[in-house]
Amino acid sequence: MAKISASVYTSHVPAIGAAIDLGKTADPYWVPLFKGYEPSKEWMEANRPDVIFLVYNDHATAFSLEMIPTFAIGCAAEFQPADEGWGPRPVPVVKGHPELAAHIAQSVIQDDFDLTIVNKMDVDHGLTVPLNLLCGSPQEWPCPVIPFAVNVVQYPVPSGRRCYNLGKAIRKAVESFDKPLKVQIWGTGGMSHQLQGPRAGLINREWDNAWLDKLIADPEGAAAVPHIDYVREAGSEGIELVMWLIARGAMDDVAGGPAPKVAHRFYHVPASNTGVGHLILENQ
Amino acid sequence: MALDKPYKDIPGTTIFDADQSRLGYHLNQFCMSLMKAANRERFKADERAYLDEWPMTEDQKLAVLARDLNRCIALGGNIYFLAKIGATDGKSFQQMAGSMTGMSEDEYRDMMIKGGRSAEGNRYIGEDGDAQPQHQPQGQAGRKKD
Repeated sequence: MAKISASVYTSHVPAIGAAIDLGKTADPYWVPLFKGYEPSKEWMEANRPDVIFLVYNDHATAFSLEMIPTFAIGCAAEFQPADEGWGPRPVPVVKGHPELAAHIAQSVIQDDFDLTIVNKMDVDHGLTVPLNLLCGSPQEWPCPVIPFAVNVVQYPVPSGRRCYNLGKAIRKAVESFDKPLKVQIWGTGGMSHQLQGPRAGLINREWDNAWLDKLIADPEGAAAVPHIDYVREAGSEGIELVMWLIARGAMDDVAGGPAPKVAHRFYHVPASNTGVGHLILENQ
Repeated sequence: MALDKPYKDIPGTTIFDADQSRLGYHLNQFCMSLMKAANRERFKADERAYLDEWPMTEDQKLAVLARDLNRCIALGGNIYFLAKIGATDGKSFQQMAGSMTGMSEDEYRDMMIKGGRSAEGNRYIGEDGDAQPQHQPQGQAGRKKD
């Protein structure tokens, strides 16, 4: 049987991708950020999954305003890095896992979550920057990745509660897959940032860290945080944090198992406009 | 019955909801077209002519020509779409975000390095934080005004 071994949480700021692509990771501005992910890369080496289920959001890249799926699961065999307007990032093609993706789609839709099945999709920095942060810049990504895109661009986005419950359904789906796969689930985006209007540049270090505490120890409480709190306290784009709740809801303790082990925690301000948060939680 | 929109009382912030999206559909789809290199070239060669191919309002076209991102957002634009204009102009997200505050690029960058903008005074319209309407534009530009 397949099993979720761990969950990983990280911001996915485009400027981090640009720093990697332009060879600026040793610049004083970026050193503290990349240092915070060194233990994560070592952890990734030691805890290599068979598949990564990667929750992220598309930033007006694959989805324009023609269609806005709330939850979209990538079921293709591969996904090309997108041209977001600056040219495609020089990163490997993302190989999917169509068999597991189709299985999860079938199970989760039958559990009342209306996923959109996507068989052709380019993936943007929301997906590739987290892969770089945890895996470095290899010739090929270390394992197949199932992209799972959540609408957090056009309001209303799904509630934290709904995301958390979706995570539970994904866990159930993975555990009913009849092959012994080690699956990691990643939740990306956030933390506090606002990219628009006179309030652009808002960062809330205290709120971000309190939210991390809550996500670890009281995920039910984190799931109950209403949209307006994210917008008011963590900026209009801080709402991306609801995606972390999908990964958190898929952990063992939510289904009555033991509390996860915090393998790594990191927070840094700023990366461009953003408060960067990062967590690794292992199922025991 | 009116829908509950509790996010209307936050200063300096426009939430891109279904109503804004309806207003900004053509503006945002124009932005989306700039993801193709050939379209970027055509836009740069004659911005006005390129904009006239889209059923946008005159106000939206003027806001794009002026690169007034706050105005674009008021008219239904969304930052992730508007970012395609920035990419065409060779601007980063930080430059684009900063342009909406009235601060210079250096002023905005310094604010971020020092930990970003505080939420204090900026949670509700009517408080006295730096994002409030009475404190625009921010930075040197605002001090010159006095």
